[in-house]
Amino acid sequence: MTFSLANSKAEPAAVPAQPAAADAESEFAVTRQVRPAPDRYRNALGKYKLNRSADCVACGECAKLCPEGVHVKPDGYTFTLRPLDHLCIGPDCAKTDHFCVAKCKQKALTLMRNPSVDAMGDPRWTADLILSTWHMAATGHVPTSGLEYRHGASGGGFDRMDFNFPAAPTKVDAATVDTTLALNRRNDGRPQVNIDIPVYGGGMSFGSVSIHTIVAKARSATAWNSFTCTGEGGYPDRLKPYDEHVITQVATGLFGVREDTIQRVRIVEFKYAQGAKPGLGGHLLGDKNTPAVARMREAIAGNALFSPFPFHSVYSVEDHKKHLDWIKEVNSRALVSVKVSTPTDVDMVAVGSYYAGAHIIHLDGSYGGTGAAPDIAKKNIAMPIEYAIAKVHKFLVAEGIRDSVTLIVSGGLRTADDVMKAVALGADGVVIGTADMVALGCVRCACCESGRGCPRGIASTDPELMMLMSLDWATQRLINLMNAWRERMVEIMVGLGVSSVKDLRGRSDLLTYTQAEAAL
Amino acid sequence: MSEKYHIKPVPTPGRFRHVGKYGSVDWREDCARCSNCVKPRCVFDTYRKEAAYNRDPQTSIVPLYECRACLSCVQGCTKGILAISLNPEFLAMGDDYWKPDIMATTWNQSDTGRVPVSGAGYRGRFHGFGFDSIWTDMSEIVRPTRDGIHGREYISTSVDIGPKPMRLSFSNDGKLLGEAADLIDLPLPLILDIPAWQVGGQEFARARLTTAAKLKTLAVARAAEVAGAPAAEMPFLVPLVGSEGLANVQTLLPQVRMVEFVDGAEVPALAAKAKAANPKLVLAVRLPLQGAAAERILQLNQAGVKVFHLGGDLHGCEVGVESPRHIKDVMREIHGRLVKAGVRDEITLIVAGGIALPEHMAKAIICGADLVAVDTALLVSLGCRVCRGVQGADHQEHCPAAAPKLESSYAVQRMVNLMAAWHSQLLEVLGAMGIREVRRLRGEVGRAIFKEDVEREAFGDLLSR
Repeated sequence: MTFSLANSKAEPAAVPAQPAAADAESEFAVTRQVRPAPDRYRNALGKYKLNRSADCVACGECAKLCPEGVHVKPDGYTFTLRPLDHLCIGPDCAKTDHFCVAKCKQKALTLMRNPSVDAMGDPRWTADLILSTWHMAATGHVPTSGLEYRHGASGGGFDRMDFNFPAAPTKVDAATVDTTLALNRRNDGRPQVNIDIPVYGGGMSFGSVSIHTIVAKARSATAWNSFTCTGEGGYPDRLKPYDEHVITQVATGLFGVREDTIQRVRIVEFKYAQGAKPGLGGHLLGDKNTPAVARMREAIAGNALFSPFPFHSVYSVEDHKKHLDWIKEVNSRALVSVKVSTPTDVDMVAVGSYYAGAHIIHLDGSYGGTGAAPDIAKKNIAMPIEYAIAKVHKFLVAEGIRDSVTLIVSGGLRTADDVMKAVALGADGVVIGTADMVALGCVRCACCESGRGCPRGIASTDPELMMLMSLDWATQRLINLMNAWRERMVEIMVGLGVSSVKDLRGRSDLLTYTQAEAAL
Repeated sequence: MSEKYHIKPVPTPGRFRHVGKYGSVDWREDCARCSNCVKPRCVFDTYRKEAAYNRDPQTSIVPLYECRACLSCVQGCTKGILAISLNPEFLAMGDDYWKPDIMATTWNQSDTGRVPVSGAGYRGRFHGFGFDSIWTDMSEIVRPTRDGIHGREYISTSVDIGPKPMRLSFSNDGKLLGEAADLIDLPLPLILDIPAWQVGGQEFARARLTTAAKLKTLAVARAAEVAGAPAAEMPFLVPLVGSEGLANVQTLLPQVRMVEFVDGAEVPALAAKAKAANPKLVLAVRLPLQGAAAERILQLNQAGVKVFHLGGDLHGCEVGVESPRHIKDVMREIHGRLVKAGVRDEITLIVAGGIALPEHMAKAIICGADLVAVDTALLVSLGCRVCRGVQGADHQEHCPAAAPKLESSYAVQRMVNLMAAWHSQLLEVLGAMGIREVRRLRGEVGRAIFKEDVEREAFGDLLSR
């Protein structure tokens, strides 16, 4: 049986040409070509369930009727297969002339909302967002089945923001829309680093996620000429072929940080804080500290690994500058990124980091993160990224240094629409984490922090669970997701009459903010 | 160095049925009895545990509803006959404020005394009512007041209750002039309060008092509820005195450190009598939470009362006013009024009502309270679902937190566990802020992010359109 792309009728938007890979013939070469990567489970989940009763006589009419590919009766089969109900567009189909439930002469079909969907997701990542992200990862295009793929239902921030599309926008050719981003704005003699999309992958350490997840992120980043980040769990050897697209993270625990891991990359990131648990150090609970993870971190297997917070060597901006100078000395070609969370004085922190010599200021807002964190920290500590972007952008502009530093933001960005809203608020680009996990099949059950880790094998180092997902499949899912996001970004920019991400930055006049809380 | 404060949790599984969020739905008639069944492969072993429970419900009640909704079984079943659904019983618990998730996390913390930790980021609403529209601050770099996680054990959660002299005077030969302050030093910024509705008989109040003694804090109770309590627990009791006067508490006064009066015209006279019976007694007055309480506080301050217990409703709102505001707004107003009057540091403010989660404690203090009083959350730790007796006359019979079946040691340990988890979480919040003692958090609105303020600052241009 072949996977149906019935919901993916949209023509792909123009994709920038694949950059010449350093070693295109290498076994590690990876292209950004979209290929079907259907759900890896036997039963793909959809919003609706179509039940076929025993009254069915297998006439096959439904298979001929449904343009979405829900019903399949392969040649030579006596019976129609169980409906692929994840492709069903639901009750809206009743308005069409191909509504199988109404057309079935035997009245053997019933349509209902899938009860499992109600148990899925949360206000930030609604079931619709999860399912639409799965669809994008499977097909490489945004869904056309009515799934809400643009925003969640959290009742605030990005979910209350919308684009102010002009009635007659400046005409922009979709094929020429520029989504590239230059990361070095300091003119300090260090190399320029350009990425093709204003998105790169956040730090997720080996230990918190499986090696397949880490390498798939690196391969997708290579395909999209972007970056992924090691997190603070060390630099697995399997990442070496993708050095040019990997960011080495130096965090407070200094797990697995060595001179050569700093020297082999183009960007080094200092993690001062993280949005998952602002003001607290990293946590790797003992269950997930397997022998392989412990080897990488030079620690003892089974022990919980708590990174201190904050860097104990930094009491001032001057100390902070010493940190950055250390990295710049060790790697003369590296750009330095500073990852901080979002305290009240986040604007001052950003300016301090600029004067300390950072090329990239990475703000990680409080509602993001993928790792283990105390629930009290996730919900209550530090401000959501939406506020921080606007505050920092305005402050950097007022200080006259906005064009000398790259502002990257993360922490709860779930969709291409969120990316564009973040840019319009003042970010240059974004970092994502959870969206990648969802593309790989995460349902956000939040069970990844302990025990054997993620029951779906994404954020787990359990030898059995991590094999639930193959590297090739995972890579393709991430490549597809980025393709869908890029198509959507281009669509938004064309609608706004903006020809590049650079031109959209800080255009908050293109946004509206609904004061009345959205009904949930 | 003084002894460090530590609350020792002891795992104490609840003797009531945990109501889980998810349940599996299984259309067994379609089961193919295949050899590829997903049930034995459940990572959490939920199916096997629930099957064991179904065979013998008396064996264990903990495993039921342990499903975490990873949906692996739903997606993996050969015939696609499994579904996971939200448990309607779970959704029906509590109300708009005391949400089912609060019950679930309170039960888990009372089981183990551990800080709830999970993966996958924040999963709730962007903001909400009351405390949910405040975020606490954090510090990016080392501050002189902190030293990262290794200094966590040095963060003090102590607060003082009682009359605080603004200055000390000494004679020429260095002797203290006047009396030493009669302060009660509590190692954590909370006391245990009387529930908002009648629960059982003496058992819960006695357990509350024993819990307070173990935690070295205070428990407010009516004298009749704690009759016969051991003398060793008396210093941790705060007898509540109403309009009936001191008759019921006369014998307790020499043993307790603090007494609380329900506000009324007779309070100054009763306070004077109590003080005469025990000169070291700290006098407190219980007032309804209202903005107008500030003026009454100033009045009673003149009469020598320095401790005020402001009681909000079950949702942390003002009582007895037309448009009730939340603690967040009222406490800022009262605190500000007392600061303006120049008496804030002389006075101790205890706020109660709607303190449901540990962050509420930190946020109430940021808004101007010195400490909080916990009531309903203690009941929830024992299995209460905040139905407030609406189940009818047999409520007392079936409520797991109600009297006849409440065993003291079990109830005490669950409340101790809950407070241990809250204490650890308060340390997390203080540590993240770089504040080394909770006393410095009082009224520190600069170390918090209020939704209204930050929205105006960040989105002012968007809002003006």
